[in-house]
Amino acid sequence: MREEILITVRSNPKIDPTVGIWGWHVIADLFLVGLTAGALIFTALVILNRREEQFSFTANRLPLIGLISIGLAMTFLFLKLTHKIVFWRFFGAFVPTAVMSWGAWLLQLVILAILLLTLQGLRGGFPALAGIVDKFRIGTLALDMAEKYRRPIAWASVVLGVIIAFYTGSLMTSMEARPFGSSGLMAPLFLASGLATAAAIVLIGTRDAGERLLFSRTLFGVVLFKCLLLGLTLANLANGSRVQMEAVQLVFGGEYTQLFWLFFVIPGLLVPLAIEAFGLRKKARAGWMMISPLLVLYGAYMLRQLVVDLGQVSGHLHYINTYNPALLELLR
Amino acid sequence: MIRYAMVIDTTLCIGCGDCVVACKTENKLPAGLNRDWVVELTTGTYPDLKTEFRSERCNHCAKPTCLYACPTAATYRWQDTNIVLVDPNKCTGCGACIAACPYDARLVMNEGYVSKCTFCHHRVEQGLDPACVSSCPTRCMHFGVLDDPNSKVSRLLATRRHKALLDETGNEPQVYFLT
Repeated sequence: MREEILITVRSNPKIDPTVGIWGWHVIADLFLVGLTAGALIFTALVILNRREEQFSFTANRLPLIGLISIGLAMTFLFLKLTHKIVFWRFFGAFVPTAVMSWGAWLLQLVILAILLLTLQGLRGGFPALAGIVDKFRIGTLALDMAEKYRRPIAWASVVLGVIIAFYTGSLMTSMEARPFGSSGLMAPLFLASGLATAAAIVLIGTRDAGERLLFSRTLFGVVLFKCLLLGLTLANLANGSRVQMEAVQLVFGGEYTQLFWLFFVIPGLLVPLAIEAFGLRKKARAGWMMISPLLVLYGAYMLRQLVVDLGQVSGHLHYINTYNPALLELLR
Repeated sequence: MIRYAMVIDTTLCIGCGDCVVACKTENKLPAGLNRDWVVELTTGTYPDLKTEFRSERCNHCAKPTCLYACPTAATYRWQDTNIVLVDPNKCTGCGACIAACPYDARLVMNEGYVSKCTFCHHRVEQGLDPACVSSCPTRCMHFGVLDDPNSKVSRLLATRRHKALLDETGNEPQVYFLT
């Protein structure tokens, strides 16, 4: 037997009984940044291939959804901070060893890129909104400039999209103390997931049959790739250090098994994959084809939820904490 | 870098928790928050059981992942030593350091910034031991400069069998336990 019990009071909020410092704010932030990354990449690729007219939703409307997503992500990130009064300190220093410091600075570039991509597509995608912007001289100048430099912006957007999606995964990877997330495959997995969410948004939003077909194929490919990466990630953890092996057991018979397989892998990956496969063979009903992207969005959120939660639960230390925090209230 | 170390003799520790009380009093910690704690380890098979008490806290690692992960440089080393501190005026409460610490040794203060054991650097500055070390009734805790071969901690580590927690993480923890 080997038993380690905390015999003095330890009930630090968000640390005990298991670390829970990153909650839904961070999970939603990772999800929305992934969506923005996917929007940056797809819109930029359409522009670079000069297919704006053929895939107008992706070229003109998707960037605005990405801009709203990144705005929400930043809001959630701000709300997550427990000491908000000094939030500006993120921009008071650049710490090369801190992945979050890279993220703070990279996100500024991403916001700029998605804003410029939105502006270049505003007149085509949202004429009424563009009309309002056009009423201001600076607005007209911004729209003209974004349209003129559309291709250089697209090149920058592809690069930034890949980097920022990688960043969200690397943030998990960098925390060796949180074994479940510390796999090197998190970065490509989060990139694939970000691309899948953006493709799902296009499928929900577009009315064009050609665009729908392209993104249905894209979604199928990306979700298939995501399944492959997830399998490799689990294999990577199963062949890792002692704590990584213990962490992966949480989804192979451990307390997260049902949540992982029944509420993430099956509905968030396998079902949409099957629907898209049937859809591409023209054997699925239109109603099912609308459910598939919604399930992909759900799966992308669940992926982040599980990686963050399992990472925090699967620490290095597992002391038995017999202290009941409710007792403290009795002393007050 | 000057390395301070804490050496705790687990064969003398009785798990009384005086170190925990001393820390709370010295550092005026609010109710419900703790910078140190005592763990009772039981190993073996009945009736051949073995018990070890460990007074634990931040390990003031020589290679602190919390410091490397802090995006605002709020976590820093005190006066070119291994004593890792947090500047509340720079800490945003993002939680990166908490996620990066394998010892779960950090805590969030009620004001929102992250805090942790400081090895009572305000006492060390005056040539005193940390409050937990000073208050230990069994004198099982020792504190000093590890780089000085004549210091008590160096001599204890040179002559006694010892371990550090989660040495395999590569953080080079500077709290040692004599076994």
